[in-house]
Amino acid sequence: MLDGFLALYVFMLAAFTGYEIIARVPVILHTPLMSGSNFIHGIVLVGAMIALGHAHTSFELTIGFIGVLLGAGNAAGGYVVTERMLEMFKSSKPGQRSGEAK
Amino acid sequence: MAWPQTLIDACYFIAALLFILGLKRMSSPRTARGGIVWAGFGMLLAVLATLLLPDMHNRGLIIAAVVVGVTAAWWSGRRVAMTAMPQMVALYNGMGGGAAAAIGAAELVSHAQDLAALVMAPNTLPLMPESWSPLREAAAVTPLSPVALALGVLGALIGSVSFSGSLIAFAKLQGWLDRRFVFPGQQAVNLLVLAAAVVTGVVLATGHITIALVCAFFVLALLFGVLMTLPIGGADMPVVISLYNAFTGLAVAFEGFVLQNEAMIIAGMVVGAAGTLLTQLMAKAMNRSIGNVLFGNFGAAAGGAAQAISGSQKPIEAADAAVMMAYAERVVIVPGYGMAVAQAQHKVWEFAQLLIARGVKVKFAIHPVAGRMPGHMNVLLAEAGVPYDLIVDMEDINPEFPVTDVALVIGANDVVNPVAKTDPSSPIYGMPILDVADAKQVIVVKRGKGTGFAGIENALFYADNARMLYGDGQAAAGQLVTQLKTLDG
Repeated sequence: MLDGFLALYVFMLAAFTGYEIIARVPVILHTPLMSGSNFIHGIVLVGAMIALGHAHTSFELTIGFIGVLLGAGNAAGGYVVTERMLEMFKSSKPGQRSGEAK
Repeated sequence: MAWPQTLIDACYFIAALLFILGLKRMSSPRTARGGIVWAGFGMLLAVLATLLLPDMHNRGLIIAAVVVGVTAAWWSGRRVAMTAMPQMVALYNGMGGGAAAAIGAAELVSHAQDLAALVMAPNTLPLMPESWSPLREAAAVTPLSPVALALGVLGALIGSVSFSGSLIAFAKLQGWLDRRFVFPGQQAVNLLVLAAAVVTGVVLATGHITIALVCAFFVLALLFGVLMTLPIGGADMPVVISLYNAFTGLAVAFEGFVLQNEAMIIAGMVVGAAGTLLTQLMAKAMNRSIGNVLFGNFGAAAGGAAQAISGSQKPIEAADAAVMMAYAERVVIVPGYGMAVAQAQHKVWEFAQLLIARGVKVKFAIHPVAGRMPGHMNVLLAEAGVPYDLIVDMEDINPEFPVTDVALVIGANDVVNPVAKTDPSSPIYGMPILDVADAKQVIVVKRGKGTGFAGIENALFYADNARMLYGDGQAAAGQLVTQLKTLDG
């Protein structure tokens, strides 16, 4: 189980990881990257599923259901728009063409 | 059908690994496409593993909610236009914040019910094992330590603010909320609401949990998100969306700590840090501090103080403009959001291809905040089929303008306004701009004589080497294409 200082270490290392990954990213990818990181915090869906999975009263069930609904929207929506944006990036060099042909 | 805990933990570990690797791949144009797919596999794995956790109830309800949520978001995400991307990101981000807040709410509510049950019937608890078993089980899965409770409340607060704030940001960019809502003493009211939310949160975190207090806490937190976002102008919205993105990441990490879910902690924290850095980068590109965006009132004083600009706007015909560029050696195209709104990017790329076929060196110059957020214009150009190696960032293109024969500005305004360098009273003073005025000739495609997004007069349009090509972006680009084709015979 994750507790006390161990959790603090995980928080710290994860924060540095996120910072380092983004630090050298070109401006052209800022929008897809924001959208991509938006998708990644869609992992909140997992938490909402656990909350709903342990709900008993109807009030808890309602909250949990809304949570899962929103979390699923975050994950799926984030994935679709990021994938759509990134799919369009291509180089002018031959052999790299993907997507629609002119 | 429950899996052993170790196997599920392994799934979470792989998911976290795939998220980090995916994000890493997304930070380079060549590997970006694969990055999101990797992260997608991680998500799928984590969700499946969660479904198979032992002691999970309501599996049918969970699957129903997932299917509905995924279908709705998938459908909307497929249909949305590329120009509307920023508000869609805001919407999905708000959903994530809402989900994090819901997790916090569920924890607090179940806690409140446990406490109430204990107070009502403290002695009956051991005597009625059968009827109390659900409660005991609930108590068994949520043995919240003080730290976990505090982080849970904090995550709920941040998630709620991100939820309601993102929805307001969405509504604003979507054009449903045109006005900025500003009233005297607004900052004080906002501060008061925040303080009330924090105080309620502290009371909750110290273990005094009642349903009424939980409700009051969430109402205050949601209200603060709304109030905080309402006075912020549309131009600053991308920074705010990025900030809320980081907020949601933090909220997810905190709620992950409450649930002891390592995948949530790591993914949430990575996004929290990455989002904070992205927010800073965006604010820097716009020459604004984050505090200034949140608490300054951009555009409010823009009307009065602007310096008078002398001279006149000189029009040009499409035929002349086409000839000018056809016989140029170097042409730099500066697209702005206006081009995307007019859906002119396909025509512009067609025109650029014709020029390239004639041997003209064509480049696209992108200001860091062209479009509605950094990188948005790159997406819009990529949609039209412009290869990313023809697209040049501001720092790299600015030294090239003096040797550029023609700069074609289409739908951009504030990001090429020299006033940002010359007029200290201007609200955009100090913002880095594209030095378009250094080019030998400048052609500006513009619908009319209006001002830009920030409502500021543009000195470039009155410069001696500037010519105005009036018209809708799409129509003007179409004319340029037609004229160029007649030249070729």
